[in-house]
Amino acid sequence: MTPVGPEPAATPASIIDRQQMEVDIACVGFGPAMGGFLTTLSRELLNPDGSPRLESGCMPGAPLQVICYERADGLGFGVSGAVTRGRGIRHSFPDLDLAQIPMATPVKGEKLVYLLDPAGASNRSFALRAADKVIRTFGSLIGFRENALELPLIPSFLQKHDGFVLSLGQFNQWVGEQLTSSGLLQIWPGTPVSAPLIEERTVKGIRLADQGVALDGTPQDGFMPGMDIRAALTVVGDGPVGAVGRGIDAHFGMPAGHHYSEWALGMKMVIELPENSGLETGTVLHTFGFPEPEIFGFLYVHPDRLASVGIFIPSWFRSPVRTAYRYLQHFVLHPYLWRHLQGGTLKSWGAKSLQESGRRGEPYLAGDGYARIGEGSGSTNVLSGSGVDEAWTTGTQLAEAVIELLQQKLPFTRRNLEETYVRRRRASWVDRESRVAADSRNGFPCGLISGLFGMALAGFTGGRVVIPPPSSQEKGSSLEERFGARIPPAELQKLKDEAAGRSLPLHDQIMNRCGWPEIPFDGKLLVSHQDALLTGGSVQAPPGYANHVSFLRPDVCSKCEPKLCVEMCSGQAISRGERGAPQFDREKCIYCGACLWNCRAEETGEPANVDFRAGAGGLHSALN
Amino acid sequence: MSNGYHIVVCGSIVPDPLQTLEPIETFAGPALKNEMLLPAVLDPWAGHALYEAANLASHAPGSKVWLVSLGAKAKLQQVMMTIAQKVSFELIPIDGPAGGFTDAHATAAVLAEAIQSIAGLDRSRLLLFGGWESASRGAGVTMQLIGERLGILDQFQGVDQLTVQPDGSFEILERIEGGRHQVSLCQGASVLFGWATGNLPEPRNNPQIGMANMRAIMPALQRAKTTAPVADAMRYRSASPPKQQRQTRIVKNLSADEIAQEIVAWIEKA
Repeated sequence: MTPVGPEPAATPASIIDRQQMEVDIACVGFGPAMGGFLTTLSRELLNPDGSPRLESGCMPGAPLQVICYERADGLGFGVSGAVTRGRGIRHSFPDLDLAQIPMATPVKGEKLVYLLDPAGASNRSFALRAADKVIRTFGSLIGFRENALELPLIPSFLQKHDGFVLSLGQFNQWVGEQLTSSGLLQIWPGTPVSAPLIEERTVKGIRLADQGVALDGTPQDGFMPGMDIRAALTVVGDGPVGAVGRGIDAHFGMPAGHHYSEWALGMKMVIELPENSGLETGTVLHTFGFPEPEIFGFLYVHPDRLASVGIFIPSWFRSPVRTAYRYLQHFVLHPYLWRHLQGGTLKSWGAKSLQESGRRGEPYLAGDGYARIGEGSGSTNVLSGSGVDEAWTTGTQLAEAVIELLQQKLPFTRRNLEETYVRRRRASWVDRESRVAADSRNGFPCGLISGLFGMALAGFTGGRVVIPPPSSQEKGSSLEERFGARIPPAELQKLKDEAAGRSLPLHDQIMNRCGWPEIPFDGKLLVSHQDALLTGGSVQAPPGYANHVSFLRPDVCSKCEPKLCVEMCSGQAISRGERGAPQFDREKCIYCGACLWNCRAEETGEPANVDFRAGAGGLHSALN
Repeated sequence: MSNGYHIVVCGSIVPDPLQTLEPIETFAGPALKNEMLLPAVLDPWAGHALYEAANLASHAPGSKVWLVSLGAKAKLQQVMMTIAQKVSFELIPIDGPAGGFTDAHATAAVLAEAIQSIAGLDRSRLLLFGGWESASRGAGVTMQLIGERLGILDQFQGVDQLTVQPDGSFEILERIEGGRHQVSLCQGASVLFGWATGNLPEPRNNPQIGMANMRAIMPALQRAKTTAPVADAMRYRSASPPKQQRQTRIVKNLSADEIAQEIVAWIEKA
């Protein structure tokens, strides 16, 4: 039995007496996809008289033994606010009463807003500056106000007007409560899974992370090797940076032409709005154009005067000092939003990597003994900007397939899973819409205008006409390329030296130099990055687990400049260490995974230098 | 002791202390804002008691541990997903309000009644464990009141260590002022121990323990009695959070002296 994928190298296999446990279905990661899977499956486990409808293979006579492990310390920790059309969720809950789900509410109003740059500091192309000038000149005729233009129409493929606003944390918690209270299956948060167990071409289960180890994985007092959970079927829903999904990718590879090329970092605040905010519950704003043209933003208003406000930093934003937190603060301060948010209070904060390759990033959906669901299976629709409902639906599709196979007493082979699960998925709206979306974002690497044009082209032609995909996979331009026209080389070098000397990221100095105003901290809503880490739940790093981020070849890192892993780190958990190599502080890591896809080693033909493993802890906030 | 102990741990749930807690006034008195949205944890003091109980039980064959817990059922269920992988116990859940504004007398009455109704509980082997203090109820009297209601005369509070002597008696270290311990000897059950922090680390997650525990915990939660502790005589005149002034600076490897000097300087400045 071989655990495949990252595992602390310092754990010597010879001293390990590893326990095993057998179940029928082992699930990894509790998000919306797993919620959909377990909800659908749990309804078929028992007959009305309480006898097992689906009988266990490992415990004859008992109902199917299903167990789910979630890395985070709670089922609702460390995820994001969302607006979703909820087609799949409503299909699972035809009588869904949103009032039962904290922070959920129907969409009441939806706007698409172009934000201009009031500070004049963003990096705008000539064409965009010209467009801005036209808007400012003739703005009064077309509704320009507060440095923003509300678009008169929202393209149909972007609309969510029939959907609802959610806190994904609260939604997951609600779903988890329904599932566990049935007593039919078990969900265990706070239990990272380190790797899939693979024998030749078959996934045989999962291996839990070792406990009682030092930060480098060396066994300590109370060492407890991670248990092997053997299962006839392993359901992989551990998201885009999960260790099991990546372990399976590493072993089986990707289908021809498929790759994880596009990512985004979503960072958000949950804000208690001031009493006179003027925002109605259920309001949904989608924004673009600010703080940088490549950065999209959102504002969703939940009940009880709470709002989710955030931005997406996409991988095609090539700034070498792309930082989400400072940009998020400038977004909040934009006059169009600040008039509603001023006087508000930061209640929570968080960030997450989003796999935005969509269909192009779809791995093998099923194999012998395993199936992939949710975001890590490429279900996110990159045209509509929708992922929660798609993920949920892929989970329900797999559950229907599993029920069919169990009823027919057929094994979970690749062929059987493809004929049941993959067939259902291919025939569904999730797949149909993802085909339309597949190449819709090809234009963005060339700029906002070409990106929007490409989206419109794909959206309105049903994906039949698209802009060709970009050829370059470069993750960031150099400082000189990006800022050379604004900052003289000598000054740029001085800023770099200063940042390196003080072990600080560069972005603050660069942004200040480019004219971004200082953030006027108010101690309530506008707080330092480190204070945000301590707000609304704080970061936990339970002892006894190894560091989940390490740098494989420090010499490669020490030469890498600028260090995107440091600049992009959502919690400032990665900083410049000795001799220029990054160092990792687990007590600040919110497990967003940005370091994983921002490692630039691959650009030079080397394998990625960030080893990102299954880790315990992270943010303790259920409001996100 | 050949038959082992019957250890009953009283431990309720509290909002995760890492959250921002905001008292508000409701028609029923003070409460915490959005308490049902906040993640809950087993009261840390009760957690120490539970882990000590499990450790003691593991060294005394034939022992059994019950966890009697009062709290909103949905939140109890949530907390069980966190602690049920750590040690073996049987849950006696009571569905009801729990939080920082529940009267200790009324709470003690509910918990004592639940303990009395535990089937098969042998009072001659009973060790009643709980938190000396509570992260939620600072009065620190709930355990004493439960003990009194159950007629347990030997009570020890602020316990950091319990050692079983060769003759079956207990040696108990209780915290006293000045950072010192009072050493007491007690002949044996039935005894009440209000635990301080104890000496044990949090146990590792063990999936097999979790699976076995949860098979009994979920049915128990489904059968949980709903109770509202009644506190007619209790009136809260006001509730307010402690004033906070946060100035964050995260620094590693600072010596205790340096930290102390910095805090003193900060206080003097403030």
